[in-house]
Amino acid sequence: MMPPTTTLPSGHTRIETAALQGISKRFPGVLANDHVNFDVNAGEIHALLGENGAGKSTLMKILYGLYQPDEGEITLNGEVARFHSPADSLTAGIGMIHQHFMLVPTLTVTENVALGIRSGGPLLNLKQVRKRLIALSDAYGLKIDPDVYVWQLSVGEQQRVEIVKALYQGGALIILDEPTAVLTPQEVDELFVTLRQMRDEGHSLIFISHKLYEVQDLSDRITVMRDGRVVDTIANHGVEQRTLARMMVGRDVQFQPDRPPVTVGEVKLAVRSLCAQNDRDLLALKEVSLEIRAGEVLGIAGVSGNGQRELAECIAGLRPATGGEVILNGHSILSLSVQERLQSGLSFVPEERNRHGTIGSFSVAENAILQNNDAPQFLNGPFYNFEAIRRYTVDLIQKFNIKTPGHETLLKNLSGGNVQKLILARELSRQPVLLIAAQPTRGVDIGASEYIRGVLMQQRSSGVAILLISEDLDEIMALSDRIAVMYEGEVVGVVDRDDADVETLGLMMAGAQRA
Amino acid sequence: MESSRTLLDILIAASGLTLAAATPFLFAALGELFAQRSGVLNLGVEGIMLMGAFTSVFVISDKGFNAHPAVGLLVAMLVGALMGLMMAFVSVTLQAEQGISGIGLTLFGQGMSTLLFRVLAAGVIVAGGVEKIDLPVLSNLPVLGSIFFHQDILTYAAFALVPISVWVLNRTTWGLQVRAVGQNPQAADSMGVNVARVRYSAVILGGVLAGVAGASLSMALTGVFQENMTAGRGFIAVALVYFGGWSPWKVMAGALLFSAANNLQIWVQVLDVRVAGAAIPPNLLIMLPYVLTIVVLIFARERQRREPAALTKPFERGEN
Repeated sequence: MMPPTTTLPSGHTRIETAALQGISKRFPGVLANDHVNFDVNAGEIHALLGENGAGKSTLMKILYGLYQPDEGEITLNGEVARFHSPADSLTAGIGMIHQHFMLVPTLTVTENVALGIRSGGPLLNLKQVRKRLIALSDAYGLKIDPDVYVWQLSVGEQQRVEIVKALYQGGALIILDEPTAVLTPQEVDELFVTLRQMRDEGHSLIFISHKLYEVQDLSDRITVMRDGRVVDTIANHGVEQRTLARMMVGRDVQFQPDRPPVTVGEVKLAVRSLCAQNDRDLLALKEVSLEIRAGEVLGIAGVSGNGQRELAECIAGLRPATGGEVILNGHSILSLSVQERLQSGLSFVPEERNRHGTIGSFSVAENAILQNNDAPQFLNGPFYNFEAIRRYTVDLIQKFNIKTPGHETLLKNLSGGNVQKLILARELSRQPVLLIAAQPTRGVDIGASEYIRGVLMQQRSSGVAILLISEDLDEIMALSDRIAVMYEGEVVGVVDRDDADVETLGLMMAGAQRA
Repeated sequence: MESSRTLLDILIAASGLTLAAATPFLFAALGELFAQRSGVLNLGVEGIMLMGAFTSVFVISDKGFNAHPAVGLLVAMLVGALMGLMMAFVSVTLQAEQGISGIGLTLFGQGMSTLLFRVLAAGVIVAGGVEKIDLPVLSNLPVLGSIFFHQDILTYAAFALVPISVWVLNRTTWGLQVRAVGQNPQAADSMGVNVARVRYSAVILGGVLAGVAGASLSMALTGVFQENMTAGRGFIAVALVYFGGWSPWKVMAGALLFSAANNLQIWVQVLDVRVAGAAIPPNLLIMLPYVLTIVVLIFARERQRREPAALTKPFERGEN
């Protein structure tokens, strides 16, 4: 056998081993990393698995120089390395592809890549950058137009730019933070082909995910983290998903919620030819038409940014419609205020729970009555009846199993899952006709996700019409009765769940197929 | 024939003066453009201009050092750089609210220039000023020659700075970094760009150019210093950056428009233009550029789309 070369095709020297040893990192009130050991070798894909808040991202940000560890050290090929900023780690050959892409939308692809060049002198040589960029994208089968602006690219294309950028900078070790979260199934397949090629050439890859089957499919070794600690590092040979899930959560997990048969009732929500603009005044909804019946879950699948958010906001009254009609329970609601829509039976679990759903500096009780704050049951003449509010809140806390020290705790001190449970509790206590649930389990731990999905299924059984918007295709498949796919502001198809398969949905999400 | 000849002369003089009077707007606005493209809104331009205006004219006058105008210009640039450094320190390092700290800098500049003027110059400064330079050949062109090529060196420099700014922004590494840092500092940081350093340099450059803007107003345009002589020009320069959609060429168009509006009111008074026999109240005319500022900003729709996304937002690593 030939000894492996020490230089990668991208020009950087291989990093035979990179190791994080005894890393600890504290944030106010949280021990994010507790004496963590982790290593990755050249020619290996090492998956880092764990729930949100398990400490994966913190650990990787330390390796990338974004954070400094309180304890422990990083070694590259056995030598101690200190990274004070990403500039240091980039020089050492470490690249990172962030979950939120690190691209400047108003620059071209070439300019974005050129931004990372530090040895180029004061004048830009974009021609040379462009040439090498094209060569790299050809070598790795990453189709990219170097001259377009990043804001014109789809999410999948942006990720290809991120990968080429990392390769261009000579990344010998590349950290991928949840790279598949925003991709269609086909794009995930393409990504994995590229990643395997990079591994075989001798790159070291760290793959962060919470999707078990992806980790199983791609990685050579798997490290599971929970509560800031490493649970175990194992070789990926015949490991069962069930085992990985137990390591992640610390107990057995039910992936599929019970979904009893329901007889659907009459149409509760009818959306007809709805049009709306996005924040940049561009058309975001193009003649969207939908119907949801009582006891039915309509799932909206699609890569984020294809109009899902605008659709939810339009129905909830947070964004003006520029055309069309929304009929709730037989009445047109487009001309109604938010307050009036809530009173006519609409409940909304917004996508950004901290910005649109709650007020962090308010207590749990204050958040619980945020929408009903003038309801007679909470009032005593012109004053609040604090005893009634307390009883109401404590009741919600118990019914929905919300973990909080008390009803007067500030909301910002609750975990994401518990904030989401509180929002759900509040929205459901008004006994809605229609529930819009936008990304109900995003960033929520597995235990709470399980619970929230269960609650949605109970609501379905009791006859609530549910509009479920999710980027997580597995969630859509698990909960929906019918699935509508949105692409570039249009509903490109509606399929029954029983007729739906991931392949077809993926093609529709990419705009390649209609149904 | 005699009267039309006079009208042409007046138009030529007015046009030439419009270019000259656009000079301080241009310097200040181009400097502010760099700061804003990097993500820092510097509302201290007005104060920096005043300090540049006073210090330059003071050092070249007989109250000061009878220095060469070039020395006056250098002093104004140095003062501008120092005040830019103050702004950068407060807004980048201390991450203070940019609008408020800029207003603070303006108040500081107003107070300090007035104080120095009274203490050092007893309230009166007159200086020789800066000579007009006729560009060879070009200044002999009929009409155009006397409008465009009979100006002082600062005016030539201000207009030359427009294409230079475009070139710097689009063709240099620093320009690319400025654009990136103003749009997505997290991305720039993750690519190894030193966000703080880029913002410091852009804000300091903005200060230098605001200092030059002040000097051009006092040394070149008027040859005197008066308390608060900038009269809001610094704020108009900030508005011009918005008006011009962060593009140097459009900022230049804006500077010319405002300068023309400013000139119009002078000429209407000088020529005693009457509407239906009645004189136009001068106060109404003086308001013109300021009213124009407001009207233009209302209709500058482009603003929302092209505004640097990170404008006024301090950068802290690790926050998404």
